[in-house]
Amino acid sequence: MSPAELALKKQDFVSDQEVRWCPGCGDYAILAAVQKLVPTLGIPKENFAFISGIGCSSRFPYYMNTYGFHTIHGRAPSVATGLKVSRPELSVWVVTGDGDALSIGGNHFIHAMRRNVDINVLLFNNRIYGLTKGQYSPTSEVGKKTKSTPYGSLDYPINSLTLALASEATFIARSYDVNTPHLIEVLKKAHEHKGVSFVEIYQNCNIFNDGAFKHLTDRTIRDDKILSLEHGKPMIFGKESNQGIVIRNNTPEVVTLGENGITEKDIEVHDEFGENPAITYMLTEMDHPKFPVPVGVFRKVEKPTYEHLFEKQVETVTQQKGKGNLEKLIHGSDTWEVK
Amino acid sequence: MSNAGLQSDAKKIQSSNPIPLEQLEHVTIRFAGDSGDGMQLTGNQFTNTSAFIGNDVSTFPDFPAEIRAPAGSLPGVSGFQIHFSSKDIRTAGDTPNVLVAMNPAALKVHLKDLEKGGMVIINSSAFTKPNLKKAGYETNPLEDKSLDSYRVFDIPLTKLNEDALSETSLSKKEIDRCKNFFALGIMYWLYDRPLEITLDWIEKKFKNKPEIIDANQKALKSGYYFGETSEIFTTHYHVDQAQLPQGTYRQVTGNRAIALGLVAGAQLAGKPLFYGSYPITPASDILHELSNYKNFDVRTFQAEDEIAAIGVALGASFGGHLGVTGTSGPGVALKAEFMGLAVMTELPLVIVNVMRAGPSTGMPTKTEQTDLFQALYGRNGECPMVVLAPSTPSDCFTISIEAMRIATKYMVPVIILSDNTLANGAEPWKIPHVDEFPKFEVNHLVEANNFLPYQRNEKTLARPWVAPGTKGLEHRIGGIEKQDLTGNVSYDPQNHEKMIRLRAEKVQRVAQEIAPLEISGPEKGDTLLVGWGSTYGAIASAADQLREEGLSVSNIHIRHLSPLPSDLGDIMKRFKNVIIAECNTGQLRQVIRGTYLVDAKGINKIQGQPLKISEIKSKVKEMI
Ligand code: SF4
Repeated sequence: MSPAELALKKQDFVSDQEVRWCPGCGDYAILAAVQKLVPTLGIPKENFAFISGIGCSSRFPYYMNTYGFHTIHGRAPSVATGLKVSRPELSVWVVTGDGDALSIGGNHFIHAMRRNVDINVLLFNNRIYGLTKGQYSPTSEVGKKTKSTPYGSLDYPINSLTLALASEATFIARSYDVNTPHLIEVLKKAHEHKGVSFVEIYQNCNIFNDGAFKHLTDRTIRDDKILSLEHGKPMIFGKESNQGIVIRNNTPEVVTLGENGITEKDIEVHDEFGENPAITYMLTEMDHPKFPVPVGVFRKVEKPTYEHLFEKQVETVTQQKGKGNLEKLIHGSDTWEVK
Repeated sequence: MSNAGLQSDAKKIQSSNPIPLEQLEHVTIRFAGDSGDGMQLTGNQFTNTSAFIGNDVSTFPDFPAEIRAPAGSLPGVSGFQIHFSSKDIRTAGDTPNVLVAMNPAALKVHLKDLEKGGMVIINSSAFTKPNLKKAGYETNPLEDKSLDSYRVFDIPLTKLNEDALSETSLSKKEIDRCKNFFALGIMYWLYDRPLEITLDWIEKKFKNKPEIIDANQKALKSGYYFGETSEIFTTHYHVDQAQLPQGTYRQVTGNRAIALGLVAGAQLAGKPLFYGSYPITPASDILHELSNYKNFDVRTFQAEDEIAAIGVALGASFGGHLGVTGTSGPGVALKAEFMGLAVMTELPLVIVNVMRAGPSTGMPTKTEQTDLFQALYGRNGECPMVVLAPSTPSDCFTISIEAMRIATKYMVPVIILSDNTLANGAEPWKIPHVDEFPKFEVNHLVEANNFLPYQRNEKTLARPWVAPGTKGLEHRIGGIEKQDLTGNVSYDPQNHEKMIRLRAEKVQRVAQEIAPLEISGPEKGDTLLVGWGSTYGAIASAADQLREEGLSVSNIHIRHLSPLPSDLGDIMKRFKNVIIAECNTGQLRQVIRGTYLVDAKGINKIQGQPLKISEIKSKVKEMI
C-alpha cells in the first residue's frame, strides 16, 4: 500500500506509555526519528514489530505503538529471527545497545549478521552501561574511569561496524542522534535493504557518559570531524569542503584539496555496492583524531535473504515430496499386522 | 511383506534341521563389540525381525561415550540389548541370557551383566594377544577357565566369515565389515528367526552396490547355515508370537515418537511447527527427524547456541506459530532465562529435555532422571511451568501432542522430560489413527473492542494470543512485571503478588486436563509404588511380579509432574507405604513429601543405567 493510502502520521506510532529515559538522553531523538520515518514507508502499522534486549535503549518498543517485544539481555536477534523467518511479511526491527549487542549478545549479533535475515538492527552506542548506572562498556575507550574501573579500563574497544563487516552483513551504516535528517535517511535505506541491515547510532548518555561524541558531532566542529559517505561521491569533508580521503599503498590518508596538486579527481569515490570489503574495512577503522569519522552507508550488497531461502526450501521439498500426509508419516514403512 | 509368508519360510528351514527346537517364553540378548563392528545395526535387525514375526520386543542401546575410541579398547565398546518375548513385556530385560562378544573388550565390559550360566557367543578370532592386552586381560579368558560358570561357544567368526566370502571381489577390510551379519545369521538360526527381513533390508540399504549386497547376504546366510550344520549347538530355541492387541504395528524410539508427536500436534492445531535447536546428545535425533518433514509445514532451525534455539522458537510463537525447542539438561540450563520470559509473556512454547546423566557434562550417552528439580525450579523468581513426562517410547508421541494442546490452550510454556532410555529405546507401537486424536483448533484473537493483552479466559486463565499483523491490536510484551489486564510495565507491589499468583494458578488449572490416575493392583492396601518417566516398564513389571508372589503392592505412574494429578494425594493416603522409584537421589520423593506430607520412601539408582525389575523387587521387599 502507498503511504498516502495508509495515511499514517507520526502520532499513530506514539504509544500511551510515558517515555522514561533521562531528560536530555539521546534516545529521545532516535525515537522521534523512527516515529517520523515509519509512517512514510507504506507499511500498515500492524505489520511492524520492534524487538529489543535489555538496557536503556531496549525500552524502545514500549514507546512505539506497534507490535513489540522487550526480550532478555543480548537475545533480541534470536527472537527477531524466529519472528521474521516465520512471518516474512512483517517489518522487523531490533533495538539494541553496545552492551546488549556486543557483550552479552555478541554471539547472536554475529550470527544475525551472517545469516542475512531481513531485519533492521539499530545499535544505540553510548559507550557506557546506562541502565546499571555507569560501568564501562565494550565500546568504551581504553582507560575509561567508571564505577567498575576506578583506575581505568584495560580492554580495547570493539568496533561494531568492523564486527558486522567481518560477519559479512550485507548492509552496514552509521549515524548519530543529533542529526535527525541524516538519521532518518540512513534508517530509510536500512529499511529498503533486503537482508540484514546494521546501523550503529552514536547516542549521548548525558547522565553517565555525557559528551562521548561531542568531539565529533557538535554542530560547530561536525563538518571537520565527520565524513558523510555518499555513494558515487568523492570522500570530501571539512567546513570548507577542502579535505578528502585518498588511498595510497592500501592505506587511507587525509589530504587537502589544492595542496600538493591534489584535485577532486584524486579523492577516493565512495562505492557502497563495492564488492571489495578491504576498502569498507578501512572506512570502518577510520577514527578520531587521525581521521574524520565516516557516517552514512558503508556497504550495501545483495544476497538472497535467509527467510527467502528458508521458505523456498520448504516449497521445493513440498513440491518434490507432495504435501505431507500425517497418517502415512505415522505409519512409516516397516509395519506388521497383529491379527 | 506378510507375516504368514515369513513364518512358513522359517518352518521350511526348520523342518530340514534335525537339531531339537526348545520353546522359550522370552530371551534377552546383548550384542557387544567394537564401535566399528556394527552392533547397533545388528541389534536393530534382530529387533525388526523379532517384531515382524510377532514377538513383543523392547530394546536398550548402550552407546560408547567416545565417538572414535581406539579399536579394541574398553571405551570403544558398543552394546545393544534386546528383550523379545511371547508375553507382553515392558523393559529391555534386567539380565541378558545371552552375550554376543565380538572381541575381548566387549567380553570384559559386558560379562558382569550376564546371568550366571548364561550363554556367551565369542568371536575367538578377535582374542589375539594385542586385543587381550587392550582389554586388560592378562590371560586369555577362553583358556584360563574364568568363563567356567557360563555356556561358552567360541567361534572364529572373523575367520569363518573370511572363508565364506573368499570368492567375492571385496577387499579384506570390506569382507571383515560383513562379519556382524555372519554373527546375526548364527543368532537367527539359534533363535529360529527368518532371514528375509534382513535380506530385504540389505538389498535396500546397499542399492547400486551389488557386490556389497551379495557379500552381506552371503555372510548372513553362511552364519545361519553354520549354526545349523556345525554341531556346536545341540539345541536351538523358539519364542512364540506374543498376544498383542490387534492392529498394525511399527517400531518406534522415543526421539522419533516425539518428532512425530510434534508434527501431529501442530497439524491438529492447524499451525506451522517451528523447531529451534542446537545439536546435543541425546536430543539431536529429534532435530534430524523433523528437518526431513519440511513438507508437513515444519520449519527447523539449527541455531548458533542453546539460547538462540529457544529464542527463535519463542519468536515464532510470538509470530503465531507453534514454537518448540529440544535439548538435554545442559541446554536447558542455558535456556532458563528465556523460559522465564515465556512464563512472563504467557506465550505457548514446548521445551523438550531428553535427560542424560549430569551434573555438568556428566555422561552424555547415559540415562538419568536428574533434571526434575531443574524443570520444576530451575529459573529465577517464582516461575512455575507445566512439566510432563512420557513413560514409554510410544507415550512420547501422545505426550508431545498433549504438550502442544496445553501450551496453546493455557498460553504457557510446557516442558517434556524424556530421557536417554526412552529416546533410544524401541518398542512395538500400535499405530494410532490420526482421527483418534481430538483437534484443538487454535484461535487467535483478531478483533476486540477494548483489547487488553492480559485479560484472561475464566476457565484456563489464558490470555489472548494475538499475532503481529493483526490490525488494531498492536501491543507490547516483555519480561518486566506486567500490570494485570493491560500488560503494561508495573512495579506496583500488590500487582506483582497478584501476577505471581495468577501465573501459578494458571499452571495449577492444567490439572483439570489430567485423567484420573490408573492404579494397577488393589485400590488400597500395603504398598503403593510410584514412578514417573522411563522407569514405568520396570516398576509396572516389578509390581506385577510382587503381586503374583502374593504381596499387596499397587503401582501408579505419574505423567504430569507439574501440576500433579489432583487425585494423587487421596490415592497415596490409602496405602501404608508409599515407595517412589526413580533414577536420581529422590527428587520426586522430595516434591511429594513437601506437597502432601506423605512419608514416602525411595528406591534410587544413579548409575547412568535404567532401574531393573529385580532391583525394584528386592528393594521393595526390604522396605515393607
Ligand atoms: S542512563 Fe543514559 S542512556 Fe540511559 S536513559 Fe539515562 S541518559 Fe539515556
